[in-house]
Amino acid sequence: MTLGQEFRKGFWRHNAVFRLLLGLCPALAVTTSAENGIGMGLATTFVLVCSNIVVSSLRKVIPAKVRIPSFIVVIASFVTVVQLCMEAYFYDLYKALGIFIPLIVVNCLILGRAEAFASKNRLAPAVVDGVGMGLGFTLALFVLGSVRELFGSGALLGYSVFGPDYQPLLLMILPPGAFIAMGILLAAMNKFDARRK
Amino acid sequence: MNSMPRLVLVLTLITAGAGLILSLVESVTREPIAEQRRLETLRALQAVLPPANNSPDQDTVQLVTGKDKRGRDVLRTFFRGRQDGTLSGVAFKVVAPDGYSGNIEVMVGIAPGGTVAGIEILSHAETPGLGDKITLPSFKANFAGKNLGNADWRVKKDGGSFDQITGATISPRAVVGAVRKGLEFYRDHRDQVLVENRGDKP
Repeated sequence: MTLGQEFRKGFWRHNAVFRLLLGLCPALAVTTSAENGIGMGLATTFVLVCSNIVVSSLRKVIPAKVRIPSFIVVIASFVTVVQLCMEAYFYDLYKALGIFIPLIVVNCLILGRAEAFASKNRLAPAVVDGVGMGLGFTLALFVLGSVRELFGSGALLGYSVFGPDYQPLLLMILPPGAFIAMGILLAAMNKFDARRK
Repeated sequence: MNSMPRLVLVLTLITAGAGLILSLVESVTREPIAEQRRLETLRALQAVLPPANNSPDQDTVQLVTGKDKRGRDVLRTFFRGRQDGTLSGVAFKVVAPDGYSGNIEVMVGIAPGGTVAGIEILSHAETPGLGDKITLPSFKANFAGKNLGNADWRVKKDGGSFDQITGATISPRAVVGAVRKGLEFYRDHRDQVLVENRGDKP
């Protein structure tokens, strides 16, 4: 695959949330609004790119037997860096994302890319893979968050869309709404793919 | 075949490197984080206190409100607002443990006489769209001007004088109850709260 293809695969063909179904815990839990989705997506992207860089550069040094603990140490360190920086400089977002920032550590998307891609590829493809997969993840969270915010509170990115008379469909903000929105979006994507073939 | 010493060495080096980076980042962000937390408290204090031109977060008294399960003292901090040196109000944080989900933390600001000036919800995990309406100004405005003498500290559904929220009675009931307990504590310990600190006058 060329670098361009490595980059693009994360958006549709290998999209983390809608195609690989990885990292669903944060994808379902924090997407009560489009803004939360973007914040979570970018934080994850940062951790993913950094961990891909380190894992790819150290891939010849790390013995196979201790690779998983090594990857986890690397990922956990970057997550803590993100958490500290966010608390120091983006306090409102930090409060909104809450417990889900430390939980980026156990996002299987990041460990999955470290194990399946970064540990087997040179630095350049690993970086491109991290950026592409991370932005694809961000896009998926943004779409999911937009749909839920739009119907659940009648707004998009905090701006009212349907006017004050709209009776919000509360279910969409609550946990079941995450599953319902996810299912409908997945079905729509499959339908689109099937038609294109 | 990997030899055991090599595994130990590599893993040790990686964790040591991670530790080094984390300690660097921690030392850089320590100050801004402390500042953010201070600003947050200060914002809440300004919202609930009557006008004050001192730094209420520097002018505090801590009192013991009870014991927790392990027998340790539970402390409550009273922040005192002053306008040109005269006491204008006192603020303190109460926790409502009986909300719909999790604790609700409320900052209460009162005039020295015990009448509520305002409240602010600091943190909660109530249902979005229902219980979280306790953060709306229209609900918080219920409390201003009320004291233990002139109001019945229950929601209207229970026969009191506080508006509940349509579809969500548990959250307002918890907040009203917690604020009432806070006011009662203040009434019983007023002299200790208003005592002048030795040495560090405002």
